[in-house]
Amino acid sequence: MNAYQEFRIIGSRPVRPDGLDKVTGRARYGADLSMQGQLYGHAVRSPHAHAIIQSIDCSKALAMEGVLAVMTGDDLVKPGNEMLGSGEGAMALKDLVPMVMSQGKVLFHSQAVAAVAATSPELAAEAARAVEVTYEVLPAVTNVHKALAPDAPVLHHDRFPDDYPAKPTNLATHISLTVGEPDAAFARADVIVEQTYSVPMCHQGYIEPHACVARVDAAGRVDLWCCTQGHFAARHFTSAATGIDLGKITVTASEIGGGFGGKTTIYLEPLAVVLAQKAGRPVKMVMDRGDVFRATGAAPGAETRVKLGATRDGKLVAADVDCLMDSGAYNGGPAAFPVYMATACYKLTDARSTGRSVYTNKPKIHAYRAPSMPQVTLGFELAITELAAELGIDPIEFRLINAVEEGDANMMGAPYNRIGLRECLEVARNHDHYKSSLTDGVGRGVAMGYWINAGMQSSAILNVSPDGHVAVLTGSPDIGGSRASMALMAAEVLGIPFDHVQPQVVATDSVGHTDVTGGSRTTLATGQAVIQAAEQCVAEMCRRAAIEWGVEPGVVAWSQGAAHHGDQTLTFEELASRAGTMGGPLTFSSSLNSTSAAPAFGVHICDAEVDKETGRTTITRYTAIQDAGKAIHPDYVEGQMQGGAVQGIGWALNEEYLYNEKGVLENPGFLDYRIPVASDLPFIDAVIVEVPNPLHPFGVKGVGEVPIVPPMPAIAEAVYQSTGVRFRDLPLNPPKIVAALTDSRALLPDPQ
Amino acid sequence: MNKPLNKMAVQTTVNGESTAFLCSPGQVLSDVLRDELELIGTKIGCNTGDCGACSVLVNDRLVCSCLVLAAEVEGQTVQTIEGIAKGGELHPVQQKLLEHGGLQCGICTPGIVVAAKALLEHNPNPTEEQARYWLAGNLCRCTGYDKIIRAVLDAAKTLREEAA
Repeated sequence: MNAYQEFRIIGSRPVRPDGLDKVTGRARYGADLSMQGQLYGHAVRSPHAHAIIQSIDCSKALAMEGVLAVMTGDDLVKPGNEMLGSGEGAMALKDLVPMVMSQGKVLFHSQAVAAVAATSPELAAEAARAVEVTYEVLPAVTNVHKALAPDAPVLHHDRFPDDYPAKPTNLATHISLTVGEPDAAFARADVIVEQTYSVPMCHQGYIEPHACVARVDAAGRVDLWCCTQGHFAARHFTSAATGIDLGKITVTASEIGGGFGGKTTIYLEPLAVVLAQKAGRPVKMVMDRGDVFRATGAAPGAETRVKLGATRDGKLVAADVDCLMDSGAYNGGPAAFPVYMATACYKLTDARSTGRSVYTNKPKIHAYRAPSMPQVTLGFELAITELAAELGIDPIEFRLINAVEEGDANMMGAPYNRIGLRECLEVARNHDHYKSSLTDGVGRGVAMGYWINAGMQSSAILNVSPDGHVAVLTGSPDIGGSRASMALMAAEVLGIPFDHVQPQVVATDSVGHTDVTGGSRTTLATGQAVIQAAEQCVAEMCRRAAIEWGVEPGVVAWSQGAAHHGDQTLTFEELASRAGTMGGPLTFSSSLNSTSAAPAFGVHICDAEVDKETGRTTITRYTAIQDAGKAIHPDYVEGQMQGGAVQGIGWALNEEYLYNEKGVLENPGFLDYRIPVASDLPFIDAVIVEVPNPLHPFGVKGVGEVPIVPPMPAIAEAVYQSTGVRFRDLPLNPPKIVAALTDSRALLPDPQ
Repeated sequence: MNKPLNKMAVQTTVNGESTAFLCSPGQVLSDVLRDELELIGTKIGCNTGDCGACSVLVNDRLVCSCLVLAAEVEGQTVQTIEGIAKGGELHPVQQKLLEHGGLQCGICTPGIVVAAKALLEHNPNPTEEQARYWLAGNLCRCTGYDKIIRAVLDAAKTLREEAA
């Protein structure tokens, strides 16, 4: 049972508090701050994808007039086996530091090998070109199968996976999990589908390149301003990479121009700090767009073999999933989520799941919205659709027969609490979109998706002004409207108008530790801290009113923004204005490690039409249905659903990293790495289903990530229905479709 | 201690105000706007004219300011995101983006506002398709464009009603 059942303003759609600054150009993003006397940092990047650095000579660069500092990987700490961070941002220090700047070996093209700071950006770029690096070039490997071959060039000679104790290989991780007896269960199946599906490596594609400014004072205190999904994580990682005490670093999060998981780590921050320390002046660094593609983020490509068995009556009885993932140059741990979660939408007591990740000479992969789930779900959901077709059962009906509900467990073992998957499927089945007939040449696909969602640590401070306005301070960078959610939740509990709440994202010294804006956790967990701080405020105001009235606090009730007892009333404004004489300033704080997270489920319906001549796929209609628990600000819940769906559409149809044999990315720009544009798309119909999360006071469930999970299998099925050709390798770009249709036409009898 | 650079003096009008600045011959307009004139509302997403975040109007023509040399605006009029709202009153495109929740991270928003304003000056009554094609040069990775297009069409309606 949720603590709050009826809402006054939760679920309404007020204008976001930070909106005015963002539509007028006043909001300050990563590259928008300049510090007095700042220098400009520029990284020297490797022209080779795999090489040993023989020497780095910075002397010519440093001798240039206006060049004040140079650095190499030797200026960063030598990492051991320390683990950093938590949740989606967790990583080993040895996978962070050399990724930020090489320490002897280059493992991907455009990896930073040195950096310079100079008085102008042009001079810094010129000085970077004057740094002389000699390389012993090694053969590069960018394909996971080639990387696993016995004669493959090995990236890490100091890493020995458990399976191969004798000599190092490129196998980064190998995880396997079995529940029940899948082999025996397959023997009971009437129909078995077994196929392999693949998804290419892609990029998060945030529009704002990484940027930061760092200043180090004479006492060694560091001020760092950067665009990040978590400034506490940025502080921790920067401290770990530079060896500077955590307590000496203050990080202020700028506004953030998109992240999608890709800004839960650091790239430029330690470089700017070290250069600022050496030069004695602030250093600003802004990454070039090409380097964003070549040297950051990237979501792993994956190949997934899926074997499913069902009985004639449509009951899924066994699953076997094997997911092979690209880790890039360092260990990004992409294989774990598919292993644990591949089957999470389905009642399955007998299943096996295996995941491997492989080192390749590409940037280290990083979190991208429900990390690794879209890749494995392409295979699992398409196999489900293929199985339903073999059984002659409607794809939604087949899913309803097998969908998990409260009490069912997934492969991680813990039973689900109150989840909304079946409700979403029912909405999909009854939706006008699903019931509408299809015109000639248009195909329809349906798929569903799961994401675990995170809770983790959050903090909030609530300060009441004498005029009854409230500042709500949190440490969660606002990536998609979370200030609006925080203000709504505080206003709801306090009973005051929405626009009397000023939500702010404050620096690491100004609020308690807060984990990254990621894992779909901010409205849930930081919101919970805000709710608790507001509840403390209400309790204190009731206590003060009780003293004023000479009654026990327990008999004072709070409603409509006022304390009440009998016919006596003290409003929030009155209690705020008299705070100085009634017990002092009203300030409250709450910190928590939330265990309230609930998983997210979504169901998507896609209609697509393929132009048989050009191979171009047009999405003609798209509906995303999702259980949000309780939508705090529905505009921004719908926005997450629409944005996630469109990222999935881009990945399905177009987005793909293209490497040449030397390991050089051939499409490192928005012209050739084409993300969806407005004219590619229809309106995305977003349908919010609300099955409250019983663990959260307002019933909130995380919403941000799961919308990217169902699109790829839904679109692939729609393309199959449109063309009659089954595609299992993405993206479904025009050349691939034209080639496949040409092949299939060759098999048809000549119409003449 | 700076190396002496070959700077050009440029006289122009930015957001209605007569403005002069010094720039090097190769410097692009977006850098001058941001670094010299402190108009940081013009955003840089790519520096190659692919993302539209740096959209501004030069003589009422929509351009990517990262593709325009700063020296080219000598004697021209430049309008940036900072000049779109008039005396604290938002342009309908700005107001409707707020009302529809047509922004998430907001980095593309200044470019979208400038581009959509230009659209509505050229075509007061665009179809959904016309709005989508006009804005195809402005990348947004967060919203899927749904609420942006709705906001722009709604702003067009407001402007038509105001004109009537």
